[in-house]
Amino acid sequence: MNEYTYPILFGVTIGTFARMIMLKTDYRQYPTYLHGKIIHLALGFIAAGLGSVAVPAIMEKEFTAITFLTIAASQFREVRNMERNTLSEMDSYELVPRGNTYIEGIAVAFESRNYLVIFTSLLTTMAYLVWNIYLALVVTVICIYVLRKYMSGSTLGDIVSVEEAEVSFDGAGLYVDNIYIMNIGLPIRQKEIMKYGMGFVLTPKNFDVRSTIANLGQRQAILHDVSVSLGVIRDSGTPALVPLIKRDLDDGRIGVFVLPQDKDAKKAIKVIRSVPVLENAIRMPSESKAQNK
Amino acid sequence: MVLEKAILATITTNANKVTAGASIFICDDKEEMEKVAANLEAILDGISHALSDELYIIVKH
Repeated sequence: MNEYTYPILFGVTIGTFARMIMLKTDYRQYPTYLHGKIIHLALGFIAAGLGSVAVPAIMEKEFTAITFLTIAASQFREVRNMERNTLSEMDSYELVPRGNTYIEGIAVAFESRNYLVIFTSLLTTMAYLVWNIYLALVVTVICIYVLRKYMSGSTLGDIVSVEEAEVSFDGAGLYVDNIYIMNIGLPIRQKEIMKYGMGFVLTPKNFDVRSTIANLGQRQAILHDVSVSLGVIRDSGTPALVPLIKRDLDDGRIGVFVLPQDKDAKKAIKVIRSVPVLENAIRMPSESKAQNK
Repeated sequence: MVLEKAILATITTNANKVTAGASIFICDDKEEMEKVAANLEAILDGISHALSDELYIIVKH
């Protein structure tokens, strides 16, 4: 035991706790089981340890010790690879895949959460060492508040308006509102689609959003989330029953065609509104220099 | 090169409309054509698209 024992223990505990609150299981269902969670808690514990010992190392003038943080960086980049590989492998067995853009977003979140743990531990240990445990607790509360507030990005509800739209056939062409979705030849399939299908139209609220919702990865994310939350009427061997999103080239609206098992339009609109806006899909043409001149 | 889409079969009631290419199934009437197309759709795991009233194709997406 020395003067650093308690601050380090405090920092490690808070860091691990921070990782724990960032590890929620929701409709994305990952990680759900204890084994998957243990992996992330263990890595969070390691990250917390690294963050905590950094401050005493500086206080003892062991500046070279800080270089081990670079090892941490490469370690956690590995976490991102691990998540990406697992999710991509599983994606081919999903009835409605997540898509690579969504997976990349999840993988990035997993990596960055470990860095957030490092910062949390670093700040709390520092507060403990410089001031005392009470101020360290205040710093903890601030850190956790910041984590919770900025952990999630915006959702589709912020950038588009969602309305239910009619699903109809013009000959063999399937339409949602006036947006062409696909060609369905067989009358039996057409009947199934009229029976089970639902259509929604997403209207962008501004010009930037047009390119964001046009992104194929973002569209796949919408389909995946709706299918997870409301079920999907689909099976291998029925390729005609496929949820799809197409774009109206005139005004940038997108037509969402889904086959939910729970045909509740209000719920579906709620689900679509809460689909995360994928970081990799965000485009901001209004920020370009050409627009401002 | 990886083919993303391919015509797996052609089903028609009018043999004059098609020549060689994918496997061609010539049917007597529209009803038979729809049955054949529905079966082939399930077997080939493709979607049947209607090009006209007398011509269906099964496409792998």
